[in-house]
Amino acid sequence: MNQFKAFILKEIYHILRDRKTLLVLLGMPIAQIVLFGFALSNEVKNTSIYFLNQSSEPLAQQLIEKVDQNKYFDVKGYIQDAAEAEVLLRSGKAKVVAIIPSDFAYALAHENETTIQLLTDGADPNTANIINTYFTLITQQFRNEHFGKINLPYQINTNVRMLYNPQLKGEYTFVPGVIAMVLMIICVLMTSVSIVKEKELGNMEMLLVSPTNPLIVIISKAVPYFVISLIIVTIILIMSVTLLHIPIRGSLWLLYFVSSIFILAALSLGLVISTITNSQQVAMLISLMGMMLPTIMFGGFMFPIENMPLPMQIISNIIPAKWFYYAINGIMIKGLGISSLYKEILILLGFCVLFITISFKKFNIRLS
Amino acid sequence: MNTLIYILKKEFRQIFRDPAILRMIFMMPAMQLLILPFAADYEIKNINVGIIDHDHSDYSRQLIGKFEHSTYFQLAGYSQSRDEGLKWVEDNKADILIEIPKNFEKTLIRENSATLALSANAVNGTKGNLGAAYALNVINEFNKNIRAEWLVLPRMNPEPIIQIDYINKFNKLSNYQHFMVPGILAILLTMVGGFLSALNIVKEKEIGTIEQLNVTPIKKYQFILGKLIPFWLMGFIILTIGLIVSYVVHGIVPGPNIGNLYLFTGIYVFAILGFGLLISNFTSTQQQAMMVAFFFMLIFILLSGLYTSIESMPAWAQTLAWINPVTYMVDVMRKVLLKGAELIDIWPHIKTMIIFGILLNGLAIWTYRKQAV
Repeated sequence: MNQFKAFILKEIYHILRDRKTLLVLLGMPIAQIVLFGFALSNEVKNTSIYFLNQSSEPLAQQLIEKVDQNKYFDVKGYIQDAAEAEVLLRSGKAKVVAIIPSDFAYALAHENETTIQLLTDGADPNTANIINTYFTLITQQFRNEHFGKINLPYQINTNVRMLYNPQLKGEYTFVPGVIAMVLMIICVLMTSVSIVKEKELGNMEMLLVSPTNPLIVIISKAVPYFVISLIIVTIILIMSVTLLHIPIRGSLWLLYFVSSIFILAALSLGLVISTITNSQQVAMLISLMGMMLPTIMFGGFMFPIENMPLPMQIISNIIPAKWFYYAINGIMIKGLGISSLYKEILILLGFCVLFITISFKKFNIRLS
Repeated sequence: MNTLIYILKKEFRQIFRDPAILRMIFMMPAMQLLILPFAADYEIKNINVGIIDHDHSDYSRQLIGKFEHSTYFQLAGYSQSRDEGLKWVEDNKADILIEIPKNFEKTLIRENSATLALSANAVNGTKGNLGAAYALNVINEFNKNIRAEWLVLPRMNPEPIIQIDYINKFNKLSNYQHFMVPGILAILLTMVGGFLSALNIVKEKEIGTIEQLNVTPIKKYQFILGKLIPFWLMGFIILTIGLIVSYVVHGIVPGPNIGNLYLFTGIYVFAILGFGLLISNFTSTQQQAMMVAFFFMLIFILLSGLYTSIESMPAWAQTLAWINPVTYMVDVMRKVLLKGAELIDIWPHIKTMIIFGILLNGLAIWTYRKQAV
C-alpha cells in the first residue's frame, strides 16, 4: 500500500512540475467555453447584402432601409448592374445580392404582384437557406406594414412552444460536448502517452525487473488523472452555471457518478493504447486521430447523429462519448434521473470492463 | 550547402523509416476526407414527429398523411395522450409534437380558423428552430390545400404579394459535403504542418540527439531548414492526395485556377511550420509540445470559420479570427475549390500570409537557442 501511495505521489509531482501541460489542461476547457459561449454561434447575423435597385420609387428605398435595420442583414452597398453581383459574391464581399425591379411599386399597386431576385452565396447550403428564409420574412413583414395583413379564410394558426430551451440557447448542446472532449484528451491522451513515455525512456524495463508489481505503476498513473478530470469537470460546470447560465436540472451526484464511469472508461482506453505501442508519437496520433476525432465526429455534439448515413449511425454506437454526452445532456438540460439513463450507464460500465480486460490481457502477455 | 543536403537526407530517411508516422500521414487525409464530410451534415433530416390527435377527423388524418409523405419527417408515434407525447420527447423518440385539439375540423369550417399546438425539443436550439419551421411549412401547405377545396381563387392575387426568386450560386446541388471538404483539407494541412514539425524537433530534444547536433558546426539556418523542408514538401503531397480523394469520392472538380491553391498552400505551410517551430522552441518534451500545439490548433480551428461563420461572431472574435492564419487557408480553399477564384481574388490573402510566414519563422529563428532550453 505504501508503495502504491509513493508511486501516486511521484506521478503527482511529475504532473505538477510540468507547468506548461498543466496550464494547457486547465486553459483548454476555459478557452472552449469562452469561445463557444461568446464567440461561436450557428446563428446567421450581419449578413453582408448588396442591392441592385433598379427602381427610383421611394417604396424600394424603404424596403432597403427595413432590411438594413434588421439584425440579420447589413446593407454594405449598391451595385449598378447584374455582372457586378457575380464578382461580389465570388470575392466574398457579399453573401447575398438582391435585385429590385424598376417597376417595383407600380406592379405591386396595379398588378398585386412583383418579384425580387435574390442571388445567394450557396457554398454553404444551410446558411443560404436561412438567409433566403430571413429575407422572405422581412419582405413579408414589409408587405404587411404597407398593405395590411392578409386575412385568408380557413386559417390554421399554430402555437409554437420550445421545450427545455425556450430561448434557443446554443450553449446547451456544446457544454456537455466540451466536457466529453476534454475528458477524452486528459484521460486517453495523457494516460497513454505518459505510460508509453516510460517505455520509451527505458524506465519500464527497470520497473519490470524490480520487485514492484508493475500493475501498481500503471494504476498509479491513472489515479492523478482521475482526480484532475473530476476537478476539470467541476471547473467547467461552475463556468457554465455562472458565465453561461446553463441549468443543472438533474441530480449533481448523478452527474459526477456518470462522469466518473466515463473517466474510468477513458482511462482504461488509454491503458489499452499504451499496450499497443512503444512510441509516444504513435500513442498520441492514435489517441488523437483514433479517439478524439471520432468522438468529435460521432459524439453527437457537433453534428447531429440522425443526419448521418446509417453505417455511421451504427459506428457512433461504439463511441463511448456518445452515450456519455447523451446522459450528461439528459441530466443537465432535461433533468433526467437514473431510471431514464440506466441504459447509458450500463453501456458505459460495459466499456470500462471491456477496456480494463483487454489492457490486462495484453499487459500480461508482454510480461511473459 | 552540402551540409544542408546531408541534413535533408537524414531527415527523409528518418521519416521513411518510421512506418507508423508515414501511415498516419497518408491515412489521415484519406480517412478524414472520406468520413468527415458525410458525418458533418447540418442539414435537417429525419425529424421525428409525434402526433397527439384529439379530433380523429378526416382533416387530422390528412394532416398526419402530409407529415408521413414529407421527406423531412418520420412519424414517430400516434397517441391521444399529451403525457405520452411528452415522454417521447424526453426519451428522444420524438423531436416535434403536434397536438390536434378536439373538434379541429368542425371549428375550422364553421369559424374560419382553428389552432394547432406545436412543441419542439429545443435542447439543440438550431435543430428545434429549423424543425419547427419545417413543420410549419407542412401545416401551411395543408392549409392551402383546404382553402383550394373550398374556394376558387381569383386569377389575380386578392392582395399585393412580393415574390422572391431564389438563386443559390456556386453549389448547384446544394451539397453540404462540397462545403465541408475544403475546410477539412485546410485543417489537415494545418495539422501536418503544425503538429508534426513541432513534435519532430522536440523528439530530438527528448532523446538527446539534438545536443549532438548542436555541438556540430551546423549553422542555425541549416538545421532549421533541414527540419522545415521535408514537412513543407509533405504539405504539397497531402494537398494532392486530398484533392484526388475529394474528386473521386465527392466529385469536387478542381477548376483551372488550381495553381493558385498550390501557390497559397506553399506560403501557408511555410507559415504554419514556423508556428510549429516556435512551439518546439519553448517545450522540452513531446507531451508538452503535443498539448500546446493541440491547444492552439483547437482555438485556431474553432475561430477559422470552418464550423461557424465569421460574420456571426462579435467584433472582438472577428478580429481574433483575422489574426488566425487558419482562417485564411479555409477561405482560400473554399474560394478556389467552390467558386473558382482568380489570382486577384486571393491576392490580399497571399500578402497577409507572406507576412505571417516571415513573422512566425523570424520569431522561431530568433528564439532558437543552440543551448538546451
